[in-house]
Amino acid sequence: MSGDLTLLSIFEMQAGLRAGDFSCTELLEAHLQRIHDLEPRIHAFITLVEESARKEAKNADFRFSAAQNNGQIDDLPALLGIPIAVKDLITVKDLRCSCGSNVLGEWIAPFTATAIQRLLDAGAIIVGKTNTDEFAMGSSTETSAFGPTFNPWDTSRVPGGSSGGSAAAVAARMVPVAIGSDTGGSIRQPAAFCGVTGIKPSYGRISRYGLVAYGSSLDSMGAFTHSGAEAALLLGIMAGLDKMDATSADHPVPNYHKEITCDIKRLRIGVPREYFIDGIQSEIKTTIKTAIETYRSLGAEIVEISLPHTKYALPVYYLIAPAEASANLARYDGIRFGTRQSTGSMIDMFFETRGQGFGPEVKRRIMLGTYALSAGYYDAYYGQAQKVRTLIKQDFEKAFDKVDVIACPVTPTTAFKVGEHGDDPLAMYLEDVFTLPANLAGVPGIAFPVGLDLENLPIGMQLMGKRFNEKTLFQAVHSFQQNTKFHLQKPLL
Amino acid sequence: MSLTLAEVEHIAKLARLNLTEEEKSKYREQLSSILDYVTMLQELDTTSISEASGVQPDECPLRVDTSLPPMATSDLMKNSPATTKNQFRVPPVFE
Repeated sequence: MSGDLTLLSIFEMQAGLRAGDFSCTELLEAHLQRIHDLEPRIHAFITLVEESARKEAKNADFRFSAAQNNGQIDDLPALLGIPIAVKDLITVKDLRCSCGSNVLGEWIAPFTATAIQRLLDAGAIIVGKTNTDEFAMGSSTETSAFGPTFNPWDTSRVPGGSSGGSAAAVAARMVPVAIGSDTGGSIRQPAAFCGVTGIKPSYGRISRYGLVAYGSSLDSMGAFTHSGAEAALLLGIMAGLDKMDATSADHPVPNYHKEITCDIKRLRIGVPREYFIDGIQSEIKTTIKTAIETYRSLGAEIVEISLPHTKYALPVYYLIAPAEASANLARYDGIRFGTRQSTGSMIDMFFETRGQGFGPEVKRRIMLGTYALSAGYYDAYYGQAQKVRTLIKQDFEKAFDKVDVIACPVTPTTAFKVGEHGDDPLAMYLEDVFTLPANLAGVPGIAFPVGLDLENLPIGMQLMGKRFNEKTLFQAVHSFQQNTKFHLQKPLL
Repeated sequence: MSLTLAEVEHIAKLARLNLTEEEKSKYREQLSSILDYVTMLQELDTTSISEASGVQPDECPLRVDTSLPPMATSDLMKNSPATTKNQFRVPPVFE
């Protein structure tokens, strides 16, 4: 074993394990050491499961040596021995799943999410559950009942959210891969803030079974990695039809990773003028434009396009997502799971359990959603929002008649300071202005680093694609990363 | 638009949330400003537009309606704050 194993790509880890350069145990211990060293400053995890991970690593080592003896090393599953982390909004059987909330108490998941089971079947080793905004409602990981996660690039700043723990864990090289979820930007925005690659696939691409529901028509599971090629490998394993989720699509899953290399000379990249509005940090504008020029120099055709209803995505989202949340979170009633605050009658118990169990942002969104769905207001708010959602979907359909992918910023600013948006929910919601449209339209989006600002904070670019065409996104990101080094930049920790 | 305190209390009641007086006044202010912001949707004429119910593909598959092996009852019951003989125990509904 030589060098720092936490700096390797998944592909280098796979090769090293197969060549016998290091063992799964050594690989795991290097990551656990890194977690021990940095966790006090980053707080990426809610739960660590070191002992079960060690057991799994030993088991994987045994499988490697058996396969070596039998000459069957090529038959081993792709992720055997690779450490991963899972957002604490996704279930893993027999592990506590907190959703970043107090209302669930010590809830132990009775089943494993389908996509996580597929990773486990591929040999991945779970080291822990990562921090999240409470029920994924937030853009900074500050609404977690377990306290905030801090950005590895500057620990006075947020990592973004809601999958901030997963993004920070990958950025800090605590794990090479972490799984997150994205309802309005919760993978792409923290990926941008932490300088890593984050894929939010098409709605229905990955089963939502085991992903605790927030906004069911918007929720997607996805992954954080250091490159598009690694994200492609992960999606290929996680994606596909699942009978446990009726909204998972019966759509063939390409071998994204095998098909990653492609000539992008005929790729048509649309640049939507509505995504370069006033109020965007100037370094983000210039850095994105430079990245687009890189694509032009690689032979892509750059086309200016319009997504005219972009500015309505934020109000649409903040009616539809809270409306769905208000229904989904009705299940936290203190009866079947979670904590119970009891003062007398059943109805009092509901009020107390929910009033005390949920944090301020979750209560705010439940209130907003309840109002939007309530008698007399439905047509004006929820109904109108669903109609405008149709217009936003149509914007994308028209744009994708002309272009293959859409390139734009992920966020209007780089990572902000912990506490900066304090008690101003609208300011926090505006962080998601460029990521919400993909969820509303159900299209895939990928965020990846394209530079640093003057304060040495990562800047991300987003590519959005046609529904179920993640393959082109991965190819475009891979082509960029083959010709640049931004994805290899590391925070000084 | 500005929500009244009575409206905030009505919403909280529908949502089964006990709120403190402080929370009520804070949410009154914050929800009012969010609702002000979302009124921009009213400027669009959507009379001929249908509501999106989601982004589901048409090919959304149905599965055969047969039972699958269930989760263990004990796994499901052990997460409840109060059980009796494999049943959920709740406070009285009627006095």
